[in-house]
Amino acid sequence: MAATGSPILEVRDLVKHFPMTRGVLVRKQIGAIRAVDGVSFDLRRGETLGIVGESGCGKSTLAKLLMGLERPTSGSVRIKGREIADAKESELKRVRRTIQLVMQDPYTSLNPRMTVGDIVGEPYEIHPEAAPKGDRRRRVQALLELVGLNPDHISRYPHQFSGGQRQRIGIARGLALQPEILVCDEPVSALDVSIQAQVINLLARLQRELGLAYVFIAHDLSVVRHISDRVGVMYLGKMVELGRDAEIYGQPAHPYTQALLSAAPVPDPEGRERRRRIVLQGDPPSPASPPSGCRFRTRCWKAQEICAQQEPPLQLRPGTWHESACHFAEVYDAMRSF
Amino acid sequence: MTSTPPLPAWGTGGGENEPLLTVEDLHVEFTTRQGVVKAVNGVSYALRAGETLAVLGESGSGKSVTAQAIMGILDTPPARIPKGRVRFRGTDLLRLSEDARSQFRGRRISMIFQDALSALNPVFTVGSQIGEMFQVHQGVSRRDAERRAVELMDRVRIPGARQRLHDYPHQFSGGMRQRIMIAMAIALDPEVLIADEPTTALDVTVQAQIMELLAEVQRESGMGLILITHDLGVVADVADKIVVMYGGRVVENAPVHDVYRSPAHPYTRGLLESVPRIDRKGRELYAIAGMPPNLLDMPPGCAFAPRCPYRQDNCVTDPVPLYRIGATRGSACHYWREVLDGGHG
Repeated sequence: MAATGSPILEVRDLVKHFPMTRGVLVRKQIGAIRAVDGVSFDLRRGETLGIVGESGCGKSTLAKLLMGLERPTSGSVRIKGREIADAKESELKRVRRTIQLVMQDPYTSLNPRMTVGDIVGEPYEIHPEAAPKGDRRRRVQALLELVGLNPDHISRYPHQFSGGQRQRIGIARGLALQPEILVCDEPVSALDVSIQAQVINLLARLQRELGLAYVFIAHDLSVVRHISDRVGVMYLGKMVELGRDAEIYGQPAHPYTQALLSAAPVPDPEGRERRRRIVLQGDPPSPASPPSGCRFRTRCWKAQEICAQQEPPLQLRPGTWHESACHFAEVYDAMRSF
Repeated sequence: MTSTPPLPAWGTGGGENEPLLTVEDLHVEFTTRQGVVKAVNGVSYALRAGETLAVLGESGSGKSVTAQAIMGILDTPPARIPKGRVRFRGTDLLRLSEDARSQFRGRRISMIFQDALSALNPVFTVGSQIGEMFQVHQGVSRRDAERRAVELMDRVRIPGARQRLHDYPHQFSGGMRQRIMIAMAIALDPEVLIADEPTTALDVTVQAQIMELLAEVQRESGMGLILITHDLGVVADVADKIVVMYGGRVVENAPVHDVYRSPAHPYTRGLLESVPRIDRKGRELYAIAGMPPNLLDMPPGCAFAPRCPYRQDNCVTDPVPLYRIGATRGSACHYWREVLDGGHG
């Protein structure tokens, strides 16, 4: 997983607000869901950036923005230097040969009426220039083999496969156009534990063999750490901390990251009586009316007056070597392995 | 071959106090168009007061069906219980009439589910649903029921309980809905609470809140808790004992520390080794090969044999008893000694 060279994906101040309207004849905007609200990061070739956060933090909207499936309200997404935020549909189509999506639920994301061959080969219908017609069947079979499926099963239907195999079909489809970036949105969370490891190993092997870059979105902190070179932590539409995996998991500086890590159960009962756990009170506020200043302040034990007045930017803070968005960022070094 | 005798019909023995609840050699089948699905094939376990028993397994392992059989909420047909006992303080619940049975359900044994939204009635306020527990089971007046509903909502830490009494389930967040379900489940002070994947749909910070609440309720009331889950982390955090299920059978049972320190069944071992951990970073994860068994067509021998690195010929052909391998441990593997010693067969 050697990340090299200039960024293949550059995201700057990315914002997506979904308008909330009232009225049927005269639609009046009464507010906006601020799903993604100023997110910036780079992704290099062959690198894995993990994105963690809880429901409503905007991580799935981020995935759609990166794919050009949603248009941002403002900000920029550049893929190999090419801006897609305001690109025309034809331009977007070309860019999508570079970036592909693997979705969470292998039970609903595959059309049950299509054969595996049609599903995996569907990108060639949309991008006929990617593979000549006579060559497609061979390519689809090669893709099936690449993801560890039997190429002779090309004419079977999705229901004839298990959950883990269906996720492999989804991955094979994602690879059909030989993309350089895969956006994986919760790719293993619908799978049983014994099957998760198979799919994680597959993604790691594909990255080694094909030099892919991953944006790996998940809520499972241990899975993200296993596969990521860098990790971004999101809360209510904001990136609150961004750094190398060892920094985020070993020396988290943002109180939310610390709470999140300490809340994750450790699969080892040894010493559980002594484990210190930060239990946050309440639920995250609504993204329709986030708190002023720092969005985490309403649940934060460090919050002061300044937190309500000034929004802390994501930047390097004294005593840390990675960026965090907290006025009182302070490395918490007692994180045990989990 | 080992000469260790099989475990007695239930339990891991050793405790001085009698178990509150025992499941003994339970079998559950479902008749479907494709044939008979053998969902539970001879499951036994025991729960004592104040104890947390984790039932660990993946989808199709039979862990939830066993719980539904304990509660008596299986639809029969298609379900059928050809064999087995569920004893609560000595009474075999499976032999009771439905009327007698309903005296236990919700009152002495109660249950919470993963999906609180579909377990709650969307057209009634949460106050009336919690209060109903007292009205139906204890015949108290509506006013008293309401008052006690508020007390319970306070107890499960729903902020502004009095104001929220007349809200509907959809007006609460996932974590708050789970609290409402817990409130209903503990309303009548049950002696056993079965929690079926209670935090699976929740975010990790909310999960921590709910697990803390369950632990607190248990401390205060001394009830026994059966925690059904697939999450090795949650189990390690709270369980006293573990029952590991696979293909409708118990493959291992033991005190929690023993299982994590030295698993005695290849399936348990595989699960623990497939978990991403910091010392496994950058390495290939151990992955259990193959797929879970087809419950329509169970092999005569060990259900895990097709995926097992320890497999020998007799595993495929001979039924495996749950061997007693220690004072409080059992393993359903002919080669449990090799598994305990480590390595991959």
